[in-house]
Formats: sequence, C-alpha cells, structure tokens
Amino acid sequence: MDLLEHAGKRVLAAHGVPVPIGHLAVDVEQAVAAGAAIGYPVAVKAQVPVGGRGKAGGIKVAGDAEEVAAATAAILGMSIKGHVVRRVWVEEALAAARELYLSFTFDRSAKRHLGLLSGRGGVDIEEVAAEYPEAIHRFHVDPLDGLSSAAAQAAVDGAGITGDAAEPLADLLVKLFDAYVAEDAELVEVNPLAVVADGRVLALDAKVILDDNAAWRHPGWEEWRDLEDLDPRERAARERGLTYVGLDGSVGIIGNGAGLVMSTLDVVAQAGGRAANFLDVGGGASADVITAALEVVNADPAVRAIFVNIFGGITRGEEVANGIVEALGRVDLHSPIVVRLDGTNAEEGRAILASHESDRLISRPTMEVAAATAVDLAGSAAR
Amino acid sequence: MSILVDKSTRVVVQGLTGSQGRFHGLRNRAYGTNVVAGVTPGKGGTDVDGIPVFDTVADAVAATGCDASLVFVPARGAAAAVVEAADAGVALVVCITEGIPLHDEARTFAHLLRNCPGTRLLGPNCPGVISPGLANLGITPGEIALPGGPVGVVSRSGTLTYQALQELTQKGIGQTTCVGIGGDPVPGTGFIDCLRLFQADPDTRAVILIGEIGGADEEAAAAYIAAEMDKPVVAYVAGVTAPAGRRMGHAGAIVSGGKGGAAAKIEALQDAGASVVLSPTELGDRMVEVLATLS
Repeated sequence: MDLLEHAGKRVLAAHGVPVPIGHLAVDVEQAVAAGAAIGYPVAVKAQVPVGGRGKAGGIKVAGDAEEVAAATAAILGMSIKGHVVRRVWVEEALAAARELYLSFTFDRSAKRHLGLLSGRGGVDIEEVAAEYPEAIHRFHVDPLDGLSSAAAQAAVDGAGITGDAAEPLADLLVKLFDAYVAEDAELVEVNPLAVVADGRVLALDAKVILDDNAAWRHPGWEEWRDLEDLDPRERAARERGLTYVGLDGSVGIIGNGAGLVMSTLDVVAQAGGRAANFLDVGGGASADVITAALEVVNADPAVRAIFVNIFGGITRGEEVANGIVEALGRVDLHSPIVVRLDGTNAEEGRAILASHESDRLISRPTMEVAAATAVDLAGSAAR
Repeated sequence: MSILVDKSTRVVVQGLTGSQGRFHGLRNRAYGTNVVAGVTPGKGGTDVDGIPVFDTVADAVAATGCDASLVFVPARGAAAAVVEAADAGVALVVCITEGIPLHDEARTFAHLLRNCPGTRLLGPNCPGVISPGLANLGITPGEIALPGGPVGVVSRSGTLTYQALQELTQKGIGQTTCVGIGGDPVPGTGFIDCLRLFQADPDTRAVILIGEIGGADEEAAAAYIAAEMDKPVVAYVAGVTAPAGRRMGHAGAIVSGGKGGAAAKIEALQDAGASVVLSPTELGDRMVEVLATLS
C-alpha cells in the first residue's frame, strides 16, 4: 500500500523523524484554519499518490489567509497524472539551506537492506543518480543487526556530509530505519530531506510503501486504506482479495500465478487482441474466489470476452470449474467465457465444465487456441 | 541423475495436519516421495495416514533422519518454520507458502546465511522441486512430468513451470529435475544456483529457464550462461506486454538503473547464447530442435 505524504509523515513522526507541523484539509475553510494555527508562510500541498506534484502546480506557498484560500481553491479538484486532488496538506513552509536524499529499501541481490544517502537531493535525484552515481552513497544494513549509531555515522561520512547537520542526520538515519522495520515498509524515502537555516534536519516529503503481506499485524493500516486513491475496478478486486491491474483492451483475463497471467497477456497480444486487465487469483483459489474474479472482470464495460487460463498446482480444477458454473448462475455475465484448464484435478474440472458447455462457456484444450478464441469473440462482439 | 532431490531424500512436511499440507503431502507420497514425518506443534504422537507427526522438526530429525523439509505453514508462521527446520540441521528446506512479510523473509535469509550454512532454502512462494519418477516436493502435478531426462527446468513462475513440463512431456522429452525458485523478491535459491547444478549433472543435457519481468536475476543468469555453461539453454521471459509494475519511489529507479523490462532480459539471454522463445507453448518444439543438434 502506497501512503500519501501526510500519512507517511505521521508514520515517520511516530518514530521520531522530524517533520514540519501540518494539518490535512478537504476544503478552503479547513485549509485557512490550518494556516492560522500553524503561522505563515505555509505550503499547501496536493495529496496524490504520484510524484511530480510541484512541477504540476500542486504545491504552492502562501503568506497569509487569502493566499491559503486561493492556493487551496486552485489545487483542490486539479488533476495530476490522472489523480484528482481531494485533499491538501497544509504545513509550515521551511526554506531548505540544503536538500538531501535518503531512503531504505530491500536489496534483492544482496539479501540485505539498502540505504541510499545523497547530499544532492531534490527533484532531479534520478538524473543525479544516472549522471553522477558516485553522488549517491549506498550502504547495506544486515536485517539481524539493524542500523547502529556508529553505522549511521559512517554512512553520513561516506556520503561526504559534514558540518553541523552531520550529527542530527545520523540520528535521523537510525530513526528512519526503525520506522522502515517496525512499520513493515517496503520503502521509506525522504526527498528532500532538508537542512534548514537553524540547523535542524527535517523530512519535507515522505514516500512510504507498506508491505500488504504484513497487514495482519498492523490493524491501524485500515485508516490509511480508506484514503487510497484507487481505480474503482482495482478497489473492487482488492476487496475480494484479488491482484488486479486495469488495462485498456477488450479481453478480460483471469489466471493463477503472476507469471502465467503475464504470459496470457502476451499470448493474447500475439493473437491480435488486447487485454482488459491483469487478474491473478493466486494459489489455491476456491470456487468463491473464481466467482468473485469473474464478477470483477465482468464489471468492466470494455470487456467483450473473458479468458480464464488456469494451470493448477495448488489450485484445483474442480474448484475453478465450480466457481465458473456458480458465476454463470448468479452473475449477469455480458461476455462469453473461454476456459483453458490444466493441472491438478483438471479432469474433474473439465467434466464439470463439459456439462455446462454453451456459446457462453467454451472450453479449449490449449492456451494458444483459447487465446485465439477469446480474441475472436471479443472482436466479433465489438463489430 | 537429478539435482536437489531423489529417491533417497527423506522428507518432513511442516504443516502436514493442515488442509494444504495433508493434500499435497499425501499426494507427494503417492508419487513415490519418501515422506517420513510431519510436524505440527501440539500434535506430536498423532499421524496422518500412517505418517508420524512430531511437535518439532528437531524431534522429527532425531526419530526419522529426515534431510529435507516441505513447508506448508500459513504465512504468519512460515518464516519461523523455515528457521526451525534450518536450526534442526535439515539440508533442504522447500517453502511453498506465499504472502510472507518482506521483513520476516529478510531476517530469515540473514539467519540462514549467518547461522545455517549447511541449509539450502528453496522458495518461499514456489511450487517446489520435482525429479520425475524419483521425488516430488511441492505442489507440481506429478502426472505432467516425464522421467528420464535429459532436460532440466528452472523457473521463477509456478504455473509457467507446469506449462513448460507439459510442453516437454507432450513432445516425449523427459526431465531430470524441475525447480520452481519462486516469485518472491528474494528467492532462497536463485537461477544461477540451479544452472550450476544442472551444468554439473551428467544426465542433464539442456536446460529450460523461465523468467519474468522485474529485478535483474535474468540478466545475472545470462552472464552466468555466457561465462560458465556449455549446455544449451532455451529461455522464455513472461511480461513483454505487461503493465509497468508498481513504482518503488526514486529508490527503485536508482537501484534498477533502467533494468527489469522483458526486452532487456530477452536481449541479455540471446546475447549469452540462449535460444529465446516468445510464447511458453513454443518451449517443447524449440527444445526438440536444440536436442537434435546435440551429438
């Protein structure tokens, strides 16, 4: 789950990472009240789950109540990379004497955590990384040992950051790493991390991605989930426990396993069609999960045919077939379903499907033939 | 011959009394796998269809001499189950469970690396390993595999592993061993570990490698193939048309440096001399051609 800036900052602040004082506002009145409480100048910042807000005009500095009202009115309702702004974060505007970059994530190849620290933070960090890789200090943290104060100090030295900011920065590294581990984050990223005139080091922005696999030990995450800005199709899928990504074609795709579903997208493209979505039911899907997946794909008005591609390992063929049959009876399906079923208990599954075969439910023996059939049906439905 | 598992592998199933553990544990035994024990805390002294159940892996090791573990424990307890097996000295731990939190995996990897050098972890979030006709540890449907070699299979994707086995079997091409390394960000056993084992296995004459978008493991495998392998490799990479994955902040872009897309992986594998197919359904035909060129 990607946290918006305000939620990310609250998470970091709870672990002692210094952040500017701020308040969330959903309208001009709340924003003006926040400005008055904080004291001017304040920054009014669009809360959307994408970068590049500043460049898009989604961040404005306001020197008095009138300017806060004008900035908020301009930003609310604005669309940034397809995301309509429904909330702004009003916070004390701090002038950065220096902008740094700091993040923690997991390094797949080293099997250890990876810290990135740079004295050249700010909006162009990726260009800096590409052109001057030596400007980004990389350091690993062993998951069993954690990040000690001494190791944090060494990282600050390694990044070539000296002066009064060095000590508070090392302290902040330890706190940010604590937040990364304790909050089960996949990423914590602060850009810019600002050194302000009075010598304090603060997180002026916060990008936090939480690991959905750990949600069971963080009941507090439900609060953030309500604020997520998701595609309605993706929200419906998530509520049913499915992995779904909306696309813009006409062939609905349901499969088990990310690799097979990606491969199905490729095979549909090779057959001349375009997928309407990526939907992975995961391993061991029950009949209910299959029915739910069909409901989600069916709800997309662009879908003209649905291709169910299952090769069962832990997923059992009869569960898949029963789920499809259940959906036929319960859901108002407006597209024909093409099924390719192989693997564990596939024979049982195929027998169930055979007894319901019609022009709305078509079984095909291979992935390629099934893809061609689904593409053909989607094409003829469109004409 | 085979790699990783064979007839002599003595298997303990952690979570044998759960529904998945029971279903697949018994199915693995029916395949011919030497399943000698189960472990479920609190159920020691009972049995599942004649397979004795112990409270701990250490008890199972002491009583049965098991040397491989198959983990079906749910995600909340799976990392601890892997650590328990490794601490008990089990040489191969195969973790089928998906959905283990990243930080639990990170601590588990670090623990195994530091304290259990004699243990190899396969997975998590993988279909397991099957040496056709000898042993099946995991959820691969055994009937789609064909014993006798000469092809080794290694794959990041579970279901595409099955697809590859089926394509080979339908062409009458047997497999030595098929390893699903799993789709989690950090597999305990990687492509290169398996390629090295296949290269050293005298009965494996060619290898199928199945990758997918994300990370740089396929590029690293390509470098290994170019430098160390003289056996032919047929490869497939899923996700040519897949939507861009979730963006991991600037850090993701900085670390990947633009790698991770299917095109770069396919190019790296081709440059390494691998024969790359664009659909998993072409794997069987291509392997027929490749095997025909071997004397």
